[in-house]
Amino acid sequence: MLNNFVMPDLIPALPEIFLLAMTCVILLADLLVGKTHRSVVPLLSVSTLLFCGAITFFTADGHSVLTFSNMFVDDLLSDFLKLLTYGAVIVMLVYSRSYLKARNLDKSEFYLLVLFATLGMMVMISANHLLTIYLGVELLSLSLYALVAIDRDSARATEAAMKYFVLGALASGLLLYGMSMLYGASGTLQIDVIAREIYEGDYNHTVMLLGLVFIVAGLAFKLGVVPFHMWIPDVYEGAPTAVTLFIASAPKLAGFAIVMRLLVSGMFELAPQWQTMLLLLAVLSIGLGNLAAIAQSNIKRMLAYSAISHMGFMVLALTAGVVAGDRAYALSAYTSAMYYTIAYVLMSLASFGMILLLSRAGHEAENLDDFKGLNKRSPWFAAIMLVLMFSMAGIPFFIGFFAKFSVLTVIVAARHVGVAVFAVLFSLIGAFYYLRVVKLMYFDAPLDHAPIEATLPFRVLLSANGIAIALLGLFPQFVIVPCLVALRLSLGA
Amino acid sequence: MDFKTILFYMLSAVMIFAAFRVITARNPVHAALFLVLAFFQASGLWLLLQAEFLAVALIVVYVGAVMVLFLFVVMMLDINIESVRRGFWNHLPLGATIGGLMVFEMFAVLSGRYFGLDAMPQQTNPVGYSNTKELGRLLFTDFAYPFELASVILLVAIIAAVVLTHRKRKDSKVMRVVDQLAVRREDRIRMVNMPSEKETAE
Repeated sequence: MLNNFVMPDLIPALPEIFLLAMTCVILLADLLVGKTHRSVVPLLSVSTLLFCGAITFFTADGHSVLTFSNMFVDDLLSDFLKLLTYGAVIVMLVYSRSYLKARNLDKSEFYLLVLFATLGMMVMISANHLLTIYLGVELLSLSLYALVAIDRDSARATEAAMKYFVLGALASGLLLYGMSMLYGASGTLQIDVIAREIYEGDYNHTVMLLGLVFIVAGLAFKLGVVPFHMWIPDVYEGAPTAVTLFIASAPKLAGFAIVMRLLVSGMFELAPQWQTMLLLLAVLSIGLGNLAAIAQSNIKRMLAYSAISHMGFMVLALTAGVVAGDRAYALSAYTSAMYYTIAYVLMSLASFGMILLLSRAGHEAENLDDFKGLNKRSPWFAAIMLVLMFSMAGIPFFIGFFAKFSVLTVIVAARHVGVAVFAVLFSLIGAFYYLRVVKLMYFDAPLDHAPIEATLPFRVLLSANGIAIALLGLFPQFVIVPCLVALRLSLGA
Repeated sequence: MDFKTILFYMLSAVMIFAAFRVITARNPVHAALFLVLAFFQASGLWLLLQAEFLAVALIVVYVGAVMVLFLFVVMMLDINIESVRRGFWNHLPLGATIGGLMVFEMFAVLSGRYFGLDAMPQQTNPVGYSNTKELGRLLFTDFAYPFELASVILLVAIIAAVVLTHRKRKDSKVMRVVDQLAVRREDRIRMVNMPSEKETAE
């Protein structure tokens, strides 16, 4: 009965297996060391991620390898995105250490849930099967729901977690419903087989399109684009800032990965259909995100609306892949979407890092007024915040400018000139609220004279993050070329 | 009418009766027990469809674990039946509409072109075929990866439940030096601004 079964090749999944094994080891190690050696768990977590990075880096080659009955794919795209994910998680762990300590939240469970969420993201990035995409999404989301509520005594965090949980479950339901339609139409769950069935025209068209609508809606929920954005502002504001930092960074990479796997690898033949849907989502997100951000006085909420508009930009790039049946632009469109995602993750890490830097025990620097007169308190970090805000607004020559520029280039190439003009106009409107922060930092008197205290690793990493945003804007090819190579080798366009 | 058809109608009739009693029973314990009865009938229906694994799993998981836990909860909590039942007639039109809609939807799907009875012909299994064995084989070979992932999700659920609910005992007298050192003035003393007493003329 088991004659035709071949033992799966475990080498491509080595980083996942190692991470899972080490997470279980940390779970037990936490019991053994108890509460006396509190820094053991964070240290172990960071070194585990570093080791995962080494494994991924040294096993990476240009080939696509399928394993676990074709449910798992290891290609250059997944290796690249996984390396970025480890990086983002490590940076987040370093940034949030003192914040968690000051609020008595540095329980070992925090680190465990972060590691499990990372595992979920890796599963999503390497998925080649609808079932593994769904399980990866659930593993990530479940860990995030618990992380949002980890500050149990905060009513705001509990409310945010509740909203996140209910809306997240709804989104998973939509995604799952779409997947079941896809299965009904094509008779398979494996993504490359679905692509082949669609290519051969051997499927039920109506059911497939209905499934596509639900899949796009589910993905839009997870990415947080209008009209599926309702959870973003409340969760970003309500969650402890360290968790907000986590939600706003690495999961966007995983979200990009599943969009690539589902829509581009799986349903490329249906691109004209999903591009129209995504175009609508992108235009609405850029419009609403930028307008609503103006009205916010809470910087976490402001960054949440800015996240919506940034994700709108990323989605906009995906709509330029196929122009009137011509696929010549596909690679450049998806490359610019990937570049935008990476740029956004870098900026998001640094901006929430700044909030963590200014917060201290008993004080949450989450209002715009907390940034007043930052220049007088710390010229260096005010300069980094300046770089960040300029970059987010899309002012040359920072990474955010080149990200926006590359998206607009592909959009104009796809002859959506009207949409490009709209995006530029709303970016200009958006520049207002970013520049307001700069004005507060440089031209207002500080309300708070407490010295900025931070550990050395935090200062060094945050500075490096700011410098990276400035330098990668001057040399964008260091990010764009790896994106291009990874996408070309992985999608086989 | 052969024996299987008679069995089908019998199981269905008892199931519908039990389901009605779940919402009409006055005693919540009775309602839970009627739900158990409905589950048993459903598992009988699944046996008729040759899905013996699902039938057994329904009884083991739902009747054996979920409903027993539910019964414990119902017995432990002091539920005021009157307040629960008060809105019954008010909510009935809405509930009946939704129920009717769902019946209509099921009908539409089953008689429709895409997922109807004609599009999905019944499969006949060869003699000696066991779907329990078949499921087990798939779970441990082709679907080993998602199976492992599902188990990791359950582990996360356990950790999350512990993190969110486990609390120190309120009557514990253990002193923690870290907490004592981290105490701030505001935790201990509350400054109250009181209007000073005015001297009234005698």
